[in-house]
Amino acid sequence: MAQERAHEEGQQHPIKLYLVVWGWLFVLSTCSYLVDYFGLEGYLRWSLILLFMVVKAGLIVAIFMHMAWERLALMYAILVPPGAVLLFVAIMAFESDYTHFTRVTFFGMGGVSAQTATFGSPTSKPEH
Amino acid sequence: MTDTAHPKTLEAPAHPGGWQGFAADWSSDQRAFKSATWGKAMIWIFLLSDTFIFSCFLLSYMTVRMSTTVPWPNPSEVFALTIAGRKIPLILIAIMTFILISSSGTMAMAVNFGYRRDRVKCAVLMLATAAFGASFVGMQAFEWTKLIMEGVRPWGNPWGAAQFGSCFFLITGFHGTHVTIGVIFLLIIARKVWRGDFDSGRRGFFTSRKGRYEIVETMGLYWHFVDLVWVFIFALFYLW
Repeated sequence: MAQERAHEEGQQHPIKLYLVVWGWLFVLSTCSYLVDYFGLEGYLRWSLILLFMVVKAGLIVAIFMHMAWERLALMYAILVPPGAVLLFVAIMAFESDYTHFTRVTFFGMGGVSAQTATFGSPTSKPEH
Repeated sequence: MTDTAHPKTLEAPAHPGGWQGFAADWSSDQRAFKSATWGKAMIWIFLLSDTFIFSCFLLSYMTVRMSTTVPWPNPSEVFALTIAGRKIPLILIAIMTFILISSSGTMAMAVNFGYRRDRVKCAVLMLATAAFGASFVGMQAFEWTKLIMEGVRPWGNPWGAAQFGSCFFLITGFHGTHVTIGVIFLLIIARKVWRGDFDSGRRGFFTSRKGRYEIVETMGLYWHFVDLVWVFIFALFYLW
C-alpha cells in the first residue's frame, strides 16, 4: 500500500544515484572538452564527440528525467518520434552535398567572393 | 438496431452528437500513460515538440555548414579566452557546460526532496539550480558581447563563412531564452515550495487551483531538457 502510494506520488531513488550520474556527466564533459583541447582531427574527433554526446544524453534522459522507470508506452511515445529527425538529417546531408557540388562547379572560378555574394555579405551588392 | 443490443446501449452512457459529442469524445477518460499523470505526459509531449524545434535549428546549421564553400570559422579559436596570459581554447563554453550539468544535478535532487516532503532542502536546491542557470545566462551574455565587439553579425564575421553568425545567434539565443524562462519558473516554484503551498493547499495566483509537489518534477523535466539540448549544441556547434 505504502509502495503503491509512493509510486503514485513520484519515484524515490537514493540521492547517491544522482551524485554518481552527476560525476559521470562531469567526466564525460571533460572527455569531450579534451578532444578539442588536444586538437584531435577527422573521424576520431567526430566519433568521440558523438559518443560522449550520446552517452551524456542517455544518462540525462534515463536517470535525471526518470525515463528508465517509465512504462514502455510513454518511452516509445517520446523516444521514437525523434528518430524521424535522423531521416531528416540524412535527407539534408544529401541535399547540402549536392548544393556544395553545384557551388563548386558554377562558382569554382570566383572562389570566395562569389560565395559570399550569394549570401549577401555587407560588402556585396544584392544582384538578385 | 436489434432488440438484443438495446439493453446494452442503455447501460452504457449515452454519447451526445454534434460539437458536444466531439468535445466529449476528445475529453473522455482514456488513459494511455498508466504510470504518468496528465501533467507528466503533457510536459513530455511539450518537450518532444521542443526537440523538433531545436532539431530543425541544428539541421539548418548542418545544411549551411556542409554546403558552404567558404571555410567555417574554427570555434576552438573563436571561443578561446586569454587567462593569465595563456590562450585556452573553448574554456568559457566548457565552464558553461559544467555549470549547466551541475544545475541539472541540483535539480534532480530537488525533485527527490520534493517527493520526500522536505520543503526546505527542496527549495534551497531549486534556488541553487536557478543561481547556476542565471550565471549560465550571464556568461552567455558575456560571450555574445565579446563576439559582437569582434564583429560577428548574423550576416557575416571576420573569420569565414557568413552563416556562422546566424547559426550562432539563433541556436544559442533560443537556448538562452529557454534557460531564462526556466530560471523564472524555478524562482516562482521555489517560493511556493518554501512557503509550503503544496502542504497547506494554498491556491495558485494564476490558476486559482491547489498545486502538488509534482510540479517540482515537471519543472525538473523542463530543466533537464534545457541541459540535454546544451549537450547537443556543445557537441555539434562548439566541438565539431
